[in-house]
Amino acid sequence: MPNAEHIAPSLYEKRKAVYPKAVDGFYRRLKWAIMAVTLAIYYVTPWLRWDRGPYAPDQAVLVDLANRRFYMFAIEIWPHEFYYVAGLLVMAGIGLFLVTSAVGRAWCGYACPQTVWTDLYQHVERFIDGDRNAQFRLDKAPWGPAKIAKRLTKWGIWLLIAVATGGAWVFYFADAPTLLKDLLALDAAPVAYGSIAVLTATTFILGGFMREQVCVYMCPWPRIQTAMLDEKSLIVTYKDWRGEPRGHGLKKTQTATLAETGDCIDCLQCVSVCPTGIDIREGPQIGCITCALCIDACDKVMAQIGKPRGLIDYASAEDADRERAGAPARPVIRLLLRPRTIAYLLVWTGIGAAMLFALGTRTRLDISAQQDRNPLYVRLADGTIRNSFTVKVRNMEARPRAVEIGMDGLVGAVLWTGGARPAATRTLRIEVPADSVAKQRVFVGAGAAGAVREPFAFTVRALDAEGGRGRGDAQFERPEATP
Amino acid sequence: MAEKRIDEATGTQTMGHEWDGIEELDTPMPRWWLWTFYASIVFAVGYTVAYPAWPLIDRATGGTLGWSSRGDFEKEMAAEAKTRAPIMLALAATPIDRLPDNPELMHAAVEGGRAAFKVHCVQCHGSGAAGSKGYPNLNDDDWLWGGDIKSLQYTIEHGIRNPDHDQTRMSLMPAFGRDGILKPAQVDDLAAHVRVISGQEKPGAAARRGAALFAENCAVCHGADGKGLREFGAPNLTDPIWLYGGSREDIAATITTARYGVMPRWGEKLGPVTVKMLAAYVHSLGGGEALPALGALPVSDAPATPVADAAKPPLADAAKSDAQR
Ligand code: SF4
Ligand code: SF4
Repeated sequence: MPNAEHIAPSLYEKRKAVYPKAVDGFYRRLKWAIMAVTLAIYYVTPWLRWDRGPYAPDQAVLVDLANRRFYMFAIEIWPHEFYYVAGLLVMAGIGLFLVTSAVGRAWCGYACPQTVWTDLYQHVERFIDGDRNAQFRLDKAPWGPAKIAKRLTKWGIWLLIAVATGGAWVFYFADAPTLLKDLLALDAAPVAYGSIAVLTATTFILGGFMREQVCVYMCPWPRIQTAMLDEKSLIVTYKDWRGEPRGHGLKKTQTATLAETGDCIDCLQCVSVCPTGIDIREGPQIGCITCALCIDACDKVMAQIGKPRGLIDYASAEDADRERAGAPARPVIRLLLRPRTIAYLLVWTGIGAAMLFALGTRTRLDISAQQDRNPLYVRLADGTIRNSFTVKVRNMEARPRAVEIGMDGLVGAVLWTGGARPAATRTLRIEVPADSVAKQRVFVGAGAAGAVREPFAFTVRALDAEGGRGRGDAQFERPEATP
Repeated sequence: MAEKRIDEATGTQTMGHEWDGIEELDTPMPRWWLWTFYASIVFAVGYTVAYPAWPLIDRATGGTLGWSSRGDFEKEMAAEAKTRAPIMLALAATPIDRLPDNPELMHAAVEGGRAAFKVHCVQCHGSGAAGSKGYPNLNDDDWLWGGDIKSLQYTIEHGIRNPDHDQTRMSLMPAFGRDGILKPAQVDDLAAHVRVISGQEKPGAAARRGAALFAENCAVCHGADGKGLREFGAPNLTDPIWLYGGSREDIAATITTARYGVMPRWGEKLGPVTVKMLAAYVHSLGGGEALPALGALPVSDAPATPVADAAKPPLADAAKSDAQR
């Protein structure tokens, strides 16, 4: 019942195949450039090297899950410093707010991996199957040797791209050259092959078959973005006040009776280039990822019929209303600089500056102590009270360091690590391996007279030329009363 | 009641009932769901045949695969024993006084001892080995029978005051009061003296009388100065550590009825390796003493190659060099 679908809309809509037409123009070239840059960043980054000396990996960007380190050029992040990563994510979020409030869904249109890879896949598709109409015909054609050959070639190339995509991902998590060798020798960890398989499958399916459905049905981002857009954000707008009534489809006689037809000749170029298969002339809608390809398509048509460009163009909802009322267009820069975007920009740079400052001043040597609780204290034969601690010294430099552990406070106490108790030692020298935590059990002895709980601190001092200090609070516990 | 009919919009048959104009479609189960359902029934039948499942009177069917959770457990234990075998063999082959030469083996012994202690020793000595009245604190540096690793091993192996074992640690304090060796007043004098030598009281007349009694009755075991004698497991009476309490009443009670704590001989029950591990653990608690320097130890034949040194955790080295300083 083909009619019933229109009368009673189904809850589940069957996907309408989209065959976007190739187009050329300013925004298409911009998209080419952005695709080249983003793909280059994605594929090249893991292969960049960065010398960190003999004790740390030389991969510029590396998420070392096994050793729990995150390297990014000169920055090395330990698990307890994960707030830097959280800060980066917050910055990415606010950056998106900033971009969205200024230029709308630019992320969706230009930089989102789903858009970039779908775009790439569509180019492959056009290369093999031909442009829109040829694709359409091929789809309808019965299966024959030619169609099978074309399909297999297309899917094969898609699969290669997908494998390369998944393959590049795992290089961020291990030394890239070694991993590549292992992968080819079928010698890498199963999790590497598993990740590649999963990412290959998602790339192949999402980029090859689901495409705009990901944007329309799966991705939460469009919904969030629509909430962040306001009437001053740039969106792709069909200037209906200029285009309507449409020229095509009206009979010559009607045209003659009308005082004037609009600039739109209803050639449907904007619809046929749209990668999500929508008609922007129906107004702003969730399916529009603001890729601006329809602007390019329409500009070309306008050039051909000798009308000014920009029947479809970036415009804010506010400007659309102004122009509809007859006011002239305003410069775009006015929209970009307004309190909301400036506020986002300030917050964004503020967080960035705070993180840079924290990174610049963070200490690379750290000490913490955990007290033995069972027993809390031990009375020794000469009346001294002994507490035991497990001291951890964290050396965050990529070289082994000799450090001196000492105590601040607790006058008259001694520090030792086992064996006979020394008379008056308050310091202890240990070697901490490069980029790791050294654990040392220490005993602290002090007289029985004094507070039941006396605060003091363990201190650590690097013994190399560069120096560096740290301290960690602790308590010395005594029995309540001497029997 | 409406008739069963084909719904126009969906082409599906209705169930045939209707409430206020609301009808229900008789939508068939999705095929994938049905097949999953049938497959799980087949699987369940196969499962009950292969694995223990059907309850009988006194047990359940065993399953054709012969699997049991107890069997799994035994397999895991066997695998664990296998991975530990090299360490256990090394421990068995290393005399206890040579254990500290090999920090890695020592570390393994301490950890093994920690586990064994939790099972066999905590009942008396407490989970932190801090003891309680009558049960010595093993963290401190006050030892009745010796605190070096060899003495500890001996004590654990042979126990304390096991009457049916000749090698056991043995001594008997007379019950001076109960057996009438000393009169109650004399017991009090003696207690006063012990309080004085342990620095808890000022000397007085009673303590002076007690000093004479001490020299006569107690010095044999506790030493003339009261500092104890490990040969007899006689405690040092001058330090602040009291196994049975250091108050006047507690001391008098100890002199009156005597004390003799006992400990089982663990050697027979646990075997030499576990005893060694327990000794290493107790020694590591902080009060462990160095071995008495009875002549020079033979030159170490343990591998002292650079490779072995590199394999050692750096901390152990640092700790050692610190101890030497
Ligand atoms: S491309 Fe431009 S002229 Fe052609 S239908 Fe779309 S809006 Fe109208
Ligand atoms: S309507 Fe235009 S801008 Fe929006 S997705 Fe389609 S082509 Fe891109």
